[in-house]
Amino acid sequence: MSAGHEVAGTPPAKDGAEPPAREGARRRAGAGRWVVFAGRRLVRLVLSLLVLLAATFIMVHLIPGDPVQTALGDQATPQMVAQRRHELGLDLPLPEQFWRYVTGVVTGDFGRSIVTEAPVADLLTTRFPNTLRLAGPAFLLVVLIAMPVGLFTAVRTRGGRGRHVRGWFVNVTGLLNSIPDYVLATVLSLVFVVTIKAFPAAGDEGLSSYVLPVLALVAGPAASLSRIVRVEALKVLDAEYVRAAKARRLPTGLRYWRYVLPNMMTASLTYGTMILAGLIAGTVLVENVFGWPGVGTVISQAVIQKDYPLIQGILLVLGAAVLLLNMVVDVVLGVLDPRSRLGEL
Amino acid sequence: MTAAFRGPRPGRLLSGGVPLLLILLFVFLSVAGPSIWGEAASASNVAEANQSISAAHWMGTDDLGRDILARTLVATRNSLVLAVVATIVGGCVGIGLGLLSAMSRRLGRALGALINVLIAFPALLLAIFFAVLFGIGSVGSVLAVGASFAPGFARITQTLTASVVSKEYVEASRVLGRGPIYRTFRHILPNIAEPVVLYSTIHIGTAVLALSGLSFLGLGVQPPVYDWGRLLNDGLTRIYVTPGVAIAPSIAIVLAGLTFNLAGERLSDLIAGRRSAPSARRSQPRPAEPAPDPAGDGGGALVDVRHLRVTYASADGRVTTPVRDVSFTLAPKERVGIVGESGSGKSLTAAAIAQLIEEPGHVEAERLRFMDADLLTPDDSTRHVLGRNMAMVFQDPGEALNPAIKIGTHLIEPAVIHLRESKPDAKRKALDALRAVAITDPARRFEQHRHELSGGMKQRVGIAIGLMGEARLLIADEPTTALDVTVQRQILRLVDRLGARTEAGLLFISHDIAVVSELCDRIIVMYAGFIVEEAATADLLESPAHPYTSVLLAASPRMGLDKSRPLVAIDGRMPGPDADLPGCYFAARCPRADATCLSDRPPLRELADGRRAACWHPLTEPGDVPTSEGATI
Repeated sequence: MSAGHEVAGTPPAKDGAEPPAREGARRRAGAGRWVVFAGRRLVRLVLSLLVLLAATFIMVHLIPGDPVQTALGDQATPQMVAQRRHELGLDLPLPEQFWRYVTGVVTGDFGRSIVTEAPVADLLTTRFPNTLRLAGPAFLLVVLIAMPVGLFTAVRTRGGRGRHVRGWFVNVTGLLNSIPDYVLATVLSLVFVVTIKAFPAAGDEGLSSYVLPVLALVAGPAASLSRIVRVEALKVLDAEYVRAAKARRLPTGLRYWRYVLPNMMTASLTYGTMILAGLIAGTVLVENVFGWPGVGTVISQAVIQKDYPLIQGILLVLGAAVLLLNMVVDVVLGVLDPRSRLGEL
Repeated sequence: MTAAFRGPRPGRLLSGGVPLLLILLFVFLSVAGPSIWGEAASASNVAEANQSISAAHWMGTDDLGRDILARTLVATRNSLVLAVVATIVGGCVGIGLGLLSAMSRRLGRALGALINVLIAFPALLLAIFFAVLFGIGSVGSVLAVGASFAPGFARITQTLTASVVSKEYVEASRVLGRGPIYRTFRHILPNIAEPVVLYSTIHIGTAVLALSGLSFLGLGVQPPVYDWGRLLNDGLTRIYVTPGVAIAPSIAIVLAGLTFNLAGERLSDLIAGRRSAPSARRSQPRPAEPAPDPAGDGGGALVDVRHLRVTYASADGRVTTPVRDVSFTLAPKERVGIVGESGSGKSLTAAAIAQLIEEPGHVEAERLRFMDADLLTPDDSTRHVLGRNMAMVFQDPGEALNPAIKIGTHLIEPAVIHLRESKPDAKRKALDALRAVAITDPARRFEQHRHELSGGMKQRVGIAIGLMGEARLLIADEPTTALDVTVQRQILRLVDRLGARTEAGLLFISHDIAVVSELCDRIIVMYAGFIVEEAATADLLESPAHPYTSVLLAASPRMGLDKSRPLVAIDGRMPGPDADLPGCYFAARCPRADATCLSDRPPLRELADGRRAACWHPLTEPGDVPTSEGATI
């Protein structure tokens, strides 16, 4: 031994002074940090929901012309209009109207359709689950397809290798990405329903009627998410901690499962949330192609008929679904990546 | 000539000139389409109504007998013009909002929060909302799609502006008393223009899809005006009667979307300056050149490396050689340092021993052994030998820890996997290891994640992980470079102390000869992928044999050795990994070089006192016989 023997027994000095911020983080250690994280996230959800409520409420008041007059048609007498306005509470001051609107929504009262007079809540409870039955599996499939495909392509195209794989991947995903869901749905039904007659034409008639709508919904988002996954996976595969895991000779499976996957997922989900949220909106169009009994088949008619309570109700549930999805993704991120719990959000 | 005949590759074809051609085609159709096919598109002929695909009507006819193909071509103008207008509307509103929020701090917070909420909603949902507001029809749908794009534009503008605003020239402009409007137009807009234009290009495609989607729902343009979405909607209702009618508008929509997507990608490629390279990959087989062992027998050595060479094949087929010829042995418990400037191949030498060279890198060697394991033909047992007996500490202590798992998990993994210990045992051992590297409150640190630790602490953890196996060799690759000077010393002391305790060998890589000489028994000096000198630490410091070593020593201010010797200033740069020289790689910068040095490679040969140097004119007297005849490479 050449040097440094004399220091062998010296008590270790402290590392360079710790940044004071760390002390704060330390106090909020463990469960407390989760509470802070959940609290912040909840506040954000409530605020977003309020924006959604305010937007759908204001929408009716911003529309040029009197919505009641428009909905009742030109033949309606001023008395009829006034009567209807009173029924709908449109003669009250705005803040009070908003309060009634919010309390109504909270208690499950979305008003009545101007056209059919049926409670909007009834229509939502029968139809929205159908929309979710379409969006849910599509959502899962997008993640289950994009993660492995993106990761696999990343592994195959690392360090400038696999140029053909990369070329094919980029072109195929680019193509799928450019086919909008409603066009894909139309073409699919043209081929498989009209020509081959392999699947039921329209409506919800058991498992086989799910295939085409879900396929139409999944293709584009799966393609664009797998692109994001590939880019993120390439970054993670080159990370020093993956190299360090390799240096420790951890088995390949463990290395991918514990080192690559969680880090790849956090990054991909951060960027992928918008793609997944777009899927919820995509159901509107796809439902129209396949005559699916969800909310999407109702909304276009409602817009054309200016059935405002119905439009408000549908926009509210779809918007809330999007916000809830964002919340779920954030919580998943919080579990996977402890940094996001520390209040960086 | 040959270049002109080179066939386009598939990837090139789609990303190259094709999008440009398609854009030209779409522009042409938008301008000339209505005047060429307008008549055919509007001429109703009830006798030919609802026809399927035929010679007279390639894509069939609609319920009034109008030709679908002609209508699709004519609809190009409406579809594209509306899409461009919608993008411009969205761009202007969004960029305006983004700039506004970047300009004023208070307004910025409020606007930023609003953008955050809005951006979470899918564009189609926003578009339906705005379609209700603005009314159904061309104007309404353009405004609706434009408004639904605004949050995205606002966000990208905000992000880009924030990065520009902090730049010096903008700060300077602020100090000079320039108003915010001047700053916006003089400094900010020109600097964010490129990515914003790129974003807009891609969004024209998205706008085509969104507008067609609205029309498809019946919320867009209203008859008698029509665009592709409207045609598709009409086609859908008749899809069971005459399936062909949905095809033409579908193709048009997809093609438009694809075109603008590809154009955007092409633009971003151009902006990023990325160029696709030719695909041929040359492999350079090298005839094995048997040479006598320069490093002795190597029997019983911990590490035995002979004629190690690391090559990299770049994407365009060129082969570079960052490690050209490295031979050395490391005896059990021995501490060897490898010194050299960046690019000398020292880290890659370590990586080759640790089996961390990955594609496109390639390791060749005559011998590469660690303990009993032959690293040239690794099998499953090799993995366990390396996992158990070789530990590695990396340069960036933070990056070497997985942010997603606890510190403790890093520690127990090697023990559970390679030593087959139970988890509780491994945890007990891990806490001991953390204590051994002087980490306070190990139980708490065990449960923490990497972002909760300071730099020095992370490196201590890195060393602690190394203690979890039964390390016979610790490879430390610049473990102190990323740390503060004070923390550096503590880590060095720690490595020294633990090395003495565990009796593990040490391979210490550093660019700093002062750091290496504190820890190591023997020093290897590398230059341009070669070992140029190897000697016991004291010998090397006192009387370097290779001119490069003396330069290195002279350049190290902390050494303070031999101040009488004039400081050798050397010009030029170290030959890169792509260089291929016949002689000594240092010759061009060497004050002692002559013609021989330029034409013949000096072998690494034994000098007095068991030191080795690769030099024709060493600064100390050469020993009896060179151990190596001719150089390998």
